[in-house]
Amino acid sequence: MAGFAQLGLLLLALAVAYRPLGDYLARVYRGEKNNRFERRLYRLLRIDPDSEQRWTTYAAGVLGFSFVSVVFLYLLQRLQSLLPLDFGRGAVSPSMAFNTAVSFVTNTNWQSYSGEEVLGHTVQMVGLTVQNFVSAAVGMAVAIAFIRGFVRRSTNRLGNFWVDLVRGVLRILLPISFGFAIVLVAFGVVQSLARGVDVVGLDGAKSTIALAPTASQEVIKELGTNGGGIFNANSSHPFENPNGWTNLIENFLLLLIPVSLTRTLGVLVGNKKQGYVLLGVMGVLWAGMLTVTWWAEAHTSGPAAALAGANMEGKEVRFGIPASALWAISTTGTSTGAVNSMHDSFSGLGGGGALLSMLFGEVSPGGVGAGIYGILVMAIIAMFLAGLMVGRTPEYLGKKLGTREVSCAAIAILAMPTVVLLGTGAALLMPGELGKALTNHGAHGLSEVLYAYTSAGNNNGSAFAGLTVTSDWFQATLGIAMLFGRFVPILAVLCLAGSLARQRKVPETAGTLPTTGPLFASMLTGTVALVAALTFIPALALGPIAEALA
Amino acid sequence: MTSQVIRTFLTQSAAGLRVLLVLTVLTGLVYPLAVWGVSRLPGLDTKAEGSVVQRNGHPVGSAQIGVDPVAKDPANDPWFHNRPAASAEGPLGPADPSVSGGSNAGASSPEQIAAVRARKAAIAKREGVVPARVPADAVTASGSGLDPDISPAYAELQVPRVARATGLSPHRVRELVAEHTTGRALGVLGEPAVNVLELNLAMRSIM
Repeated sequence: MAGFAQLGLLLLALAVAYRPLGDYLARVYRGEKNNRFERRLYRLLRIDPDSEQRWTTYAAGVLGFSFVSVVFLYLLQRLQSLLPLDFGRGAVSPSMAFNTAVSFVTNTNWQSYSGEEVLGHTVQMVGLTVQNFVSAAVGMAVAIAFIRGFVRRSTNRLGNFWVDLVRGVLRILLPISFGFAIVLVAFGVVQSLARGVDVVGLDGAKSTIALAPTASQEVIKELGTNGGGIFNANSSHPFENPNGWTNLIENFLLLLIPVSLTRTLGVLVGNKKQGYVLLGVMGVLWAGMLTVTWWAEAHTSGPAAALAGANMEGKEVRFGIPASALWAISTTGTSTGAVNSMHDSFSGLGGGGALLSMLFGEVSPGGVGAGIYGILVMAIIAMFLAGLMVGRTPEYLGKKLGTREVSCAAIAILAMPTVVLLGTGAALLMPGELGKALTNHGAHGLSEVLYAYTSAGNNNGSAFAGLTVTSDWFQATLGIAMLFGRFVPILAVLCLAGSLARQRKVPETAGTLPTTGPLFASMLTGTVALVAALTFIPALALGPIAEALA
Repeated sequence: MTSQVIRTFLTQSAAGLRVLLVLTVLTGLVYPLAVWGVSRLPGLDTKAEGSVVQRNGHPVGSAQIGVDPVAKDPANDPWFHNRPAASAEGPLGPADPSVSGGSNAGASSPEQIAAVRARKAAIAKREGVVPARVPADAVTASGSGLDPDISPAYAELQVPRVARATGLSPHRVRELVAEHTTGRALGVLGEPAVNVLELNLAMRSIM
């Protein structure tokens, strides 16, 4: 019962924030005025905030910015021993530094390292906290540019990437993060520059408890759907997530922007119902997966869990099963990947629910920005399929969907399955690598590998962490999967935006399929489910389904 | 064409580097240090530094971090015990709080079945009960390996032994357990939990 009330409270908080935040985001990106601080900043950066870019320049901005970010973050880690507050943790190995740099720049935050053992506070703050902000702002910028493609007519300009990026950080992410960071400290999250505190326990045993500047990173880790914990145990660590309050706040923060962006879409396209219907589809997928995982975890399955009496392995007493299931589906449905319990120790079906949540392409409700552009691409595919059935050129949000648009959409949705299946398949052909990497064997071992490439390809970052991914082979292939999973869809989406913006608006006629009703909602839900099912059922049957039936 | 693409990419990268450096100062230095600064305020500072618990002026642990205490004489064990940790050497504890993490063992893994069985037997022997009475949280490793809490059921299981070893009445020990049991926040968030370090500390202070 308390579990359901907890769910209700989370939904209530999201409902209260939905309108004001969604409207505010629309104002931020639509506004033409820059405040005095921003004007000075643009002068310092030698950027003309009033010049607008074609899609190619906008895309070059995204790629160029991400490229220098990877290089900068790689160098920071490699040179860690020269930086203050590194506590002798020393330079990070080349393959791990590459993987981590790519991981944080692509908003994945997959972690092949153990935070409190490998990274000092300087790299955490100056390297990782920064990417937590900017990778989220990049996602929002791309989403907004895409929406402008629908809104604008007969133009080849999509806006200015640098302005969208800076506004996302300064006007949205920073103020919310600062406020909630203080709230989290008040509820017991640590914010320390010390390495740790030495204690002598009641039994006389000496130990050192690790500390870190946690609250400042914890907030943006959830708000930006990043997910990379400062501690190895992520949000199950009591210093990141000490009680029911912080757990609710963090779970709320990781859903906040992806959910509210549907309102922003509605405001920007001038028809709020267009946003509500997408939110409805996201909600249905989220609720479906939540039901599967919650039920599976609550009804003890798997011989080890049955022997123990409940599926509590990898879960914290203060959260219990309902709050762990709720978090697991929120973190995999968005591109967050932060965990408050260990997904690898979930039951076959429970872990399978989290996996499928990602395999939907992360649109329930998806990452910051990535969720809304992901579901819009799915909507284009759904309208294309509908158009085929009735023999009409499909339209969506007042724009015609021709060959170029549908091709771009197809590339955007195929990038993820390609890297997931090729990556998993290649790893399974490497018995030497698997022998060293797997904690679990049989069907669950296959799930561990499938989960890893799914998480990387979707820029999620959560893990069936029993898989040891520190070998050069895993570091490199997972790094490449993250790059493809992030930038192929972004390029396709921006190309799509460019060609939509050039069109005139198609007037609505009696023959236009309405995209605000239940018919469209079920078609879109069906398309998301169908694409995932056709692509992944064979792999899922060998992993989680086989385990659940065993 | 190609040279123009490369030129656009390079100009944008140069702008990107400038933007990155400025945003690094703002979000990587100013922001975390500002949060750190505010967290120095009285009331926030002890939490920001890890909610360290003192006894006779010496730090004995953090109220939020569970490290299983070890009894000098296992036959006369006065401690309430934490949950098992994946990082521990033996089947039960204690964990090393400078690292964190779970076992990641699956619910069908043979190693996990063996671990649960071993823990069940060890705890049943320690508490002098049949294995079936040992609750789930007692025989499973937490996600963090540092779970500060145990379920009220696991605390209740330990009451008779702790009472025997400390010479307190079971009734008094139960009172202390109740005092250190946190219900669900707002009545709905999370699960009821007993903070083991604070409970053991309270036991010490009245003995």
